[in-house]
Amino acid sequence: MAKYLLLKHYRGAPAPVNDVPMDRWTPEEISAHMRYMRDFAARLEETGEFVDGQALAPEGTFVRYDGEGRPPVTDGPFAETKDLIAGWMVIDVDGYERAVELAGELSAAPGAGGKPIHEWLEVRPFLTASHTITE
Amino acid sequence: MNEVLLRSLTPSVLGILVRRGADFAAAEDAVQDALVEAVRVWPADPPRDPKGWLITVAWHRFLDATRADSARRRREDLVDEEPAPGPASAVDDTLRLYFLCAHPSLTPSSAVALTLRAVGGLTTRQIARAYLVPEATMAQRISRAKRTVSGVRFDRPGDVATVLRVLYLVFNEGYSGDVDLAAEAIRLTRQLAAAVDHPEAAGLLALMLLHHARRAARTAPDGSLVPLAEQDRGRWDTASIAGGVEILRAALARDRLGEFQAQAAIAALHADAPTAGETDWAQIVEWYDELARLTDNPVVRLNRAVAVGEADGPRAGLAALAELDASLPRHTAVAAYLHERDGDPATAARLYAEAARKAPDLAERDHLTRQAARLNTRRCR
Repeated sequence: MAKYLLLKHYRGAPAPVNDVPMDRWTPEEISAHMRYMRDFAARLEETGEFVDGQALAPEGTFVRYDGEGRPPVTDGPFAETKDLIAGWMVIDVDGYERAVELAGELSAAPGAGGKPIHEWLEVRPFLTASHTITE
Repeated sequence: MNEVLLRSLTPSVLGILVRRGADFAAAEDAVQDALVEAVRVWPADPPRDPKGWLITVAWHRFLDATRADSARRRREDLVDEEPAPGPASAVDDTLRLYFLCAHPSLTPSSAVALTLRAVGGLTTRQIARAYLVPEATMAQRISRAKRTVSGVRFDRPGDVATVLRVLYLVFNEGYSGDVDLAAEAIRLTRQLAAAVDHPEAAGLLALMLLHHARRAARTAPDGSLVPLAEQDRGRWDTASIAGGVEILRAALARDRLGEFQAQAAIAALHADAPTAGETDWAQIVEWYDELARLTDNPVVRLNRAVAVGEADGPRAGLAALAELDASLPRHTAVAAYLHERDGDPATAARLYAEAARKAPDLAERDHLTRQAARLNTRRCR
């Protein structure tokens, strides 16, 4: 088994095919989208492939150490940040092909007009712990 | 076997062990072991005296654990000592445990976890699942909390207000898992209100019952939030409302008003309206004024602006809102609502979308996005 992170971006991914912001959909279209996402996660729980799914608020802060005895420096949020993560799903699957297959399904979630969004999701493999048998 | 009944014995059993001379942390572990054992053994072999059974088993567990310890001498003194029932009553023991678990030296999250385990009798796993953290993390949080309060004297009363804040958090931040944290908070608050003579304990209990009564109506079948005005009031739990109102009346009659009683009074006025349109908003505004005198919490003034908008019209609401800091959580959402009521759907839709971006939780974000969508699609199509 291998773990993959499916990343959804607010910004930074190529534009989807069905590119209409959610507040321009009908309330019914929003409900259909939410249902699809919920059902998708539930199905992965049933197949034993779901690990975690979380959404993030769009605004964050940059923080860094500023030396002994000083409070950390904070900066941001930066309006011009190119890449902005909206949320993720962690899956534990047999391999890369399955991860891509699932990301494709997730990207088909319905949007405006009830049609698939074709949203670009980023699939990132986790670096694993070292295996016991390597030869 | 009734697990809630079993767990309700937790604080008095733990109190007795502590009064017999066991230190709090070890006694708490021993009581947890006894509860687990009870769940295993009782279904086939129910004891005649459940509490006596728990005390005996927990005391033996405690002795076993201390025997394995290094301070042998002191322990053996304890073993020889015939446990005296002591002068304190079970009510006093329960109360002291509440104070200890909500001790001001604990962070809110530690106090919540310790209260659920030591007073509520929940297992670490149940608490961890309820708060969506790994079990090892929750186990550490609880054992650190126990270490923090280990030096606190058990015989001294604390401040009821700190306990009420912890119980309020349990009720209000109930997430998921197999434990109904809202119901658990109500049970613990009811137990506290019975043990302590304090109108705010009653006020908090009333507040919880009145909000809990609306739970079934608060979410649509698809999981989305249903705002108060659109809830099917036929689905409100009338028994819970009646219970809350009665407790609140008795508390208010004592003429020692506090925040929780005032909040419960507002919830009771909502519960009292057969339809949203019949809500007595003028009286609700008065209660918010009362509440603003009791606390400087800015959220109260934000909610007051909503009530003013209903009582005196959206313009008056917007005027009240203009006096408040725009960076307050939900300020934008309230502004959106009042602009919509004022007949300005374009501004309202823009503000709803902005409020959705700032929303602190998913259900609220979805709800606000839907509000924006509803206004946008109505205008365009």
